[in-house]
Amino acid sequence: MPEFTCKDPVALNLWHVIASVEEVADGSVQRTQLLGDQVAFTQRADGDFIVWRPTDSNSDSVPSDPAVLLPVQQKYGYIWTTFGTPEHDIFAIPEFDESDRRNIHAATFGVHVSAPRAIENFLDMGHFPYVHTDILGAEPHTEVKEYYVDVSEERDEIVATNCKFWQPIAAAGSTDGADVDYIYRVPHPYCSVLYKSCPGEESRLDAIAVFVQPVDEEHVRAHMMLTLIDEVSADTAIRLFQQTIFGQDKPILENQYPKRLPLDPRAETPIRADKSAIAYRRWLTGKGITYGVIPSAA
Amino acid sequence: MTRAIKREAIMTTDLHSNWYPIASSSDLPNRHVYQAQLLGREFAVWRADDGYVNVWENRCLHRGVRLSIGINDGQELKCQYHGWRYANRTAGCTYIPAHPADAPSRTICNNTYPAQEAHGMVWAGEMAVGEVPALDGFEAATVLRPIPLNAPQEMVSNSLLAYSFADGCSGAPNEDGSVTITAGDGAAVRFYVQPVNSNHSVIRGILNKELTGSERLSSLKLHDWKLQELRSKVEAEAAQSEPLAPMEPVFARVSELLSELPHETTDGRTAELRVTVAEKSMTAEGIVSLRFDSIKGQLPTFQPGAHIDVHLQNGLIRQYSLTNGPGETDHYTIGVKREPDSRGGSVSIHDEVKKGDLLAVSAPRNNFPLRRDAVHTIFVAGGIGVTPLISMARTLNSQGHSFEFHYFVQSKNHAAFKQEMGEFDKALTLHEGLSPDETGAKLRQVLSAPGDSRHVYICGPGPMLEATRDIADAQGWPDGAIHFEYFKNTTELDDSNSFQLDLARSAMTLDVPAGKTILEVLRENGINMASSCEQGACGTCRVGVIEGDVIHQDVYLSPGEKAEGKSIMTCVSRAASDRLILDI
Repeated sequence: MPEFTCKDPVALNLWHVIASVEEVADGSVQRTQLLGDQVAFTQRADGDFIVWRPTDSNSDSVPSDPAVLLPVQQKYGYIWTTFGTPEHDIFAIPEFDESDRRNIHAATFGVHVSAPRAIENFLDMGHFPYVHTDILGAEPHTEVKEYYVDVSEERDEIVATNCKFWQPIAAAGSTDGADVDYIYRVPHPYCSVLYKSCPGEESRLDAIAVFVQPVDEEHVRAHMMLTLIDEVSADTAIRLFQQTIFGQDKPILENQYPKRLPLDPRAETPIRADKSAIAYRRWLTGKGITYGVIPSAA
Repeated sequence: MTRAIKREAIMTTDLHSNWYPIASSSDLPNRHVYQAQLLGREFAVWRADDGYVNVWENRCLHRGVRLSIGINDGQELKCQYHGWRYANRTAGCTYIPAHPADAPSRTICNNTYPAQEAHGMVWAGEMAVGEVPALDGFEAATVLRPIPLNAPQEMVSNSLLAYSFADGCSGAPNEDGSVTITAGDGAAVRFYVQPVNSNHSVIRGILNKELTGSERLSSLKLHDWKLQELRSKVEAEAAQSEPLAPMEPVFARVSELLSELPHETTDGRTAELRVTVAEKSMTAEGIVSLRFDSIKGQLPTFQPGAHIDVHLQNGLIRQYSLTNGPGETDHYTIGVKREPDSRGGSVSIHDEVKKGDLLAVSAPRNNFPLRRDAVHTIFVAGGIGVTPLISMARTLNSQGHSFEFHYFVQSKNHAAFKQEMGEFDKALTLHEGLSPDETGAKLRQVLSAPGDSRHVYICGPGPMLEATRDIADAQGWPDGAIHFEYFKNTTELDDSNSFQLDLARSAMTLDVPAGKTILEVLRENGINMASSCEQGACGTCRVGVIEGDVIHQDVYLSPGEKAEGKSIMTCVSRAASDRLILDI
């Protein structure tokens, strides 16, 4: 087997999403790219998913030698694989298993940007009134109020809590805007989960996860998964909503320069609203990750 | 090998200090932002409503988003991602919507590049100095359509020498790197080749004749045709050769202070700017307005509500609010009321300062920041207190935010800055000659409806300001929605106690004796503190309190802030306890 294009051991030893299970529902062989290399995947007759690195660019034949297959997990409705030997299992999203929730694959979006830039955008509230105008925010309500950011040593993840942002339609059926509560988690360098007030049930939270597949250092496929308490909305409506939101982010992300995330604290100008992004950049620096970032020179 | 590297290094230096045309003037229609590129570096190019052409790094300092996808509102360029606003000329950040209550540090400034508009084109250079090339014989000219090519600059320039558009054409290189082609009948074209990056160029030509109508069109067509022919040839040649290594522009790092979260302060009471009095005129009875122009270089960015220290010829230092609207970045304007009873600052300005005089002023400081996240803003101005509020209301007006402006004056003749106020149209109400009781009644009416995201800004004489604050309080306005600025502090100051001062970050312990202010003691011990009015009115010398009780003697902090005890005005306030721990 040829060497991997990616030389970053941190990125190689992570689990990555390469597709929604829906992409191979018909049993066909599909291809995508991960960390600069081609991978092929399919669902076998026994129901298991398999992933391998195709040696011939034209052939879609399924390899007969099981030794060439890459590790696979099916989780949260997605196919995960790795080029290395991950130290940790895939992070937990306990809400996914709650029986009264709907789990929906909302979209897979190709974006010409690095995975960490996409994650930062997912963590960011300040852009709501400007990029998601009249949906997730609206001028003049632009303030990002103080919130808390912690890096959990135990779970090795970033958690931002007490996040509030004014939204024009705070909940289904409401006519007035109000502050909506958010919690953000970054449990993986290229994945994040947000929780927000659930319109149906006050005591529970809807969750939206983004699993960013690093196609190469400057291209991603962002997979969006929702786990909701919502018995009303049709799947199509939920998907269209998420796709509208992501469609608004895409041109912004593709106009960020440089495309890789600079980890040098002096490359860009943070403000207090960017606390979670600052924690994220430090956390990435601490991990020594180099793929999709511009490491700090120091 | 050594020689080759050396040659390249020299060439790079030359390339970066040259002027190049990077756009045609016609690429900058009203309120557009044009994306240009030179030597691998992208520029956002935009013309403000006052005609000034800005050539900036095409990258917002916050998160690296291209500013060429931003919004040119005629005065400022607004980033599409988080709405950060950058001022015409200075490229200084004037507003960060995520933190509406803060004034952004004035040193958050985008990278700007030397730019000039001449000969129907916009010229720039990373390190260009002096003037753009003089084009003798091209005083009356026609700008040709630009032709982009996939070929390196040098190859394009060389091939242009053989360009022919009429009988008897001959080409000659010029010292500035351009090429002139002269035809037998004296018609001439001068070509500049803009090096977009290593392997891409744009030919920008100027014809030495001012053509109009069909003559112009046919000439443009002819050159389009001829240049397309040249383009095909050069691109074919370029495709045969090894492409040059890409140019990697280096982005300047932001300052260390900006890479961290806390605010910075500028030190001392300094007058770093020299300005001339460009205009001085009476704007109302007893009120003079002065326009200051920079003597050298660009004036620093201001935000609405900002003031400057003016160092007067008689040695006095006075604070005056700027009345400038957004984008008015080539001058500062202040308004000064003649106060015969005061300490002599206003009299000196009225009687001694003349048009053409040279004055020293400080950079603008903003201790009276304007929130732009209100659904409605009420301005209450009394007399000369109108000045900071004019700048604020002009900002909201230009951004289309809802506001009303109440201006209390003795009579119509006492209303200043009528022209600027004219912009406010129906939002402006002039209240003339009201007695204190009538003023109170009017204010109760004006302030009758507190509500979410509604804010009030007050500036005026002390008694009126206090009355307004009391009325607002009584009508249920929250402390945080009432913003005010006093001209002066009329509190009787008591400096009779002594106490100990611990500086948490500097690890110093100092004694403040009776008769000395905290600010004086700090300065005596080598701590260079920023200050401005030094009488507890302006807010510049504010410092965080970590522990200890404070006797507040200022008029800057709100009652809520005073009760909280988390900050102190070091110029007038003192410790109520034996010991005060400050966050310095």
